[in-house]
Amino acid sequence: MSHAAATHAAEGHHTSMGLDSRKMAFWAFIGSECLLFATLISTYLIYSHRSLQGPYPQDILNIPFTSFSTFDLLMSSLWMVLALAAVQRNDMKWAKVWLMGTVIGGLIFLLGQVWEFSHFVEHGLTLQRNLFGTTFFVLTGTHGAHVFVGVLWLFTLWVRAMQGKLTSKNAMTVEITGLYWHFVDVIWIIIFTVVYLIQPVYHG
Amino acid sequence: MTEPTGLKSWITTVDHKRIGKLYFWTAFCFFLVGGIEALLIRSQLAQPNGHIVDARTYNELFTMHGTTMIFLALMPLSVAFFNFIVPLQIGARDVAFPRLNAFSYWVFLLGGIFMNLSWFVGPLFHAGRMSVAPNGGWFGYANLTERQYSIGPNIDFWLLGLQILGVSSLAGGFNFVITILNLRAPGMKMMRLPVFTWMTLVTSFLLITAFPVITVALAFLMFDRFFGTHFYELSGGGDPVLWQHLFWIFGHPEVYILILPAMGAVSEILPTFSRKPLFGYTVVVYSGILIAFMGWGVWSHHMFSVGLGPIADAVFSSTTMLIAIPTGVKIFNWIATLWGGQIRFDTPLLFAVGFIAMFIIGGLSGVTHASPPADLQQTDTYYVVAHIHYVLFGGTVFGLFAGMYYWWPKMTGRLLSETLGKTHFWLMLIGMNLAFFPMHFIGLLGMPRRVYTYSPDLGVSDLNLVSTIGAFLIAVSMLIFIWNIIRTRTKGKIAGDNPWQGATLEWATSSPPAVYNFAQIPTVHSRLPLWNEPESVAQRAPSGHIHVPDGSWWPLVAASGLPLLATSLISGQLWLAFVAAAVLLVGIFKWGFEPFEV
Repeated sequence: MSHAAATHAAEGHHTSMGLDSRKMAFWAFIGSECLLFATLISTYLIYSHRSLQGPYPQDILNIPFTSFSTFDLLMSSLWMVLALAAVQRNDMKWAKVWLMGTVIGGLIFLLGQVWEFSHFVEHGLTLQRNLFGTTFFVLTGTHGAHVFVGVLWLFTLWVRAMQGKLTSKNAMTVEITGLYWHFVDVIWIIIFTVVYLIQPVYHG
Repeated sequence: MTEPTGLKSWITTVDHKRIGKLYFWTAFCFFLVGGIEALLIRSQLAQPNGHIVDARTYNELFTMHGTTMIFLALMPLSVAFFNFIVPLQIGARDVAFPRLNAFSYWVFLLGGIFMNLSWFVGPLFHAGRMSVAPNGGWFGYANLTERQYSIGPNIDFWLLGLQILGVSSLAGGFNFVITILNLRAPGMKMMRLPVFTWMTLVTSFLLITAFPVITVALAFLMFDRFFGTHFYELSGGGDPVLWQHLFWIFGHPEVYILILPAMGAVSEILPTFSRKPLFGYTVVVYSGILIAFMGWGVWSHHMFSVGLGPIADAVFSSTTMLIAIPTGVKIFNWIATLWGGQIRFDTPLLFAVGFIAMFIIGGLSGVTHASPPADLQQTDTYYVVAHIHYVLFGGTVFGLFAGMYYWWPKMTGRLLSETLGKTHFWLMLIGMNLAFFPMHFIGLLGMPRRVYTYSPDLGVSDLNLVSTIGAFLIAVSMLIFIWNIIRTRTKGKIAGDNPWQGATLEWATSSPPAVYNFAQIPTVHSRLPLWNEPESVAQRAPSGHIHVPDGSWWPLVAASGLPLLATSLISGQLWLAFVAAAVLLVGIFKWGFEPFEV
């Protein structure tokens, strides 16, 4: 998906639906991504009572820690909203601040995930250990990869803003970036609820 | 305005018509490869205890035949027509995202090459033979595909190849959904869209919803094989049936991805050659949508023999029988379109009528699978092979050939020979019935599919010989088609803009269309603009400069990152993964930042 300067297809062109083509394509992409995550989450749930050996979720998941990560990601969504609003009113000084804020929010989340993963591995939970490890790492890892792509994307926008190449004319680009960022955030809320808050109880 | 020529102009092209042609020729080559694989299979089975190929090669042949025909031939042949025809039918100058379109093509080409390289790279993997081609069947059931039972790289080529091809399908799906919704000419309301465009839209929605599921299913398999996870692996608590569910949740919508475009093409051809509007346009469109919706609720009919229990069997049996209703509705509408028309039996109509007849046979045998007790007898026998070939060959391939003969003059400016076309049709019709009809009996008599030979005691030797003769007859008919193409390049009759007196907008353009398609974007007031209002859509010479987008290298660069990534996984070379990621990133960033105007 091109997210660059004001060079794209439908920008400013007449369209049948009266909507920007890139924005529509992005909604279609989000629809498609919903099925991707639905498949991953369903698999996690189907396998949630089937691990043959520990560690089980209740032995290892750290809800207070991950609550902080979740709060951080939610806040970064707020910074994203503020970044878009700043770009729309062509207030590039604050746009830069909020874009960087969103990037940092994403990075903190990723660092949290790196720490969490390595902590779990130290305590014996690996991809190969049991079905909980298999499904947990692939589900949350896929989400983390999405966050990583979002951070790269937002960082690119920030660099463009620093170069003075991002203006209110590119508001649609920033809006689409925001759509992606909020979507990734919403998916995390579902994962956090399903994986962390509603844990299956093992009687191993 | 002259069109650029030369190799560079084709490699960097973003023109939907050129990309359509690239899709067509690439997919046609893969169609021939898949055909050769089929001929080898049929040669092996021509007589009991055959010795043409050994069991391992046979496994590779049937796996690659199915995979090639579905993912590298039939889907991309449909996409060739999406590309060439849909923008013309809706009165647009290109698709919504021309470079994404080029990206789809290059990913498809590279993915196809990647998978087929497995025929030649055995020595690199110390396999002791030339070929390490995929050998687990086109639906690659776990746990046969787990590392424990398939040690070599064969399955890796299959799963990584499909993963690459999925990217192409997803990108194409997004592009055509947005193109059709957003780039329609003034007055082209949704219920004025030609049915082929409608079916393209429905198919594109299926692509973007079904492919994520197979992407995840293949990713699980990849993790199991490369990183020792337990998704489909019993000893770790996993369940191979999960693969079957995920594969068929994708796989059944995939069946409609294969057939709906052909149905769309036939719905264009029948009205043109009977000089009558399509009977019940609205109902045909809504049945197409309904088929796509219901296609999501029938997947477990592929799994009756798993033993899912009577409730699941009953539910999926009922939904499967129900889906015959919208399909039947379409068939009756097609027949009613012909009824009382001034029918001209040119080659496109012959293939379209052949499609209806063959598809009915395939549909009826499909209904017999819908009943679990009958299905338990049929599963994994040649009866199922007969069914799939009546719907995919009798259905999709006939529909696609109907489209080729119909749209060839628009794509090239010349008409294919009618005499050769009719010869092709009759040979192919007779050949396919000889090849596939006996398989119903072969299967019911107890010959299992995917077994490389059979004993003379089974009593199916003569039927198998007939089937092989039919397969070679199909091959002869393909040679006639190829000869027709070659001959038409120089000797074909000049077509003119509208050789068949078609009613839809693609026939308002010149043949082949100018690089900008329409000098003036037409305004339409009806479903059949060239019949009802030829003056208002007639094209005049362009009044001034018409902007067409420049070419771009970056879709190809970005696309080449994907097979590199797959190669790094399959060879275990980590550094290559970094190269691949760099190529992908450079491609995407350059693509994003290059000046480009549609």
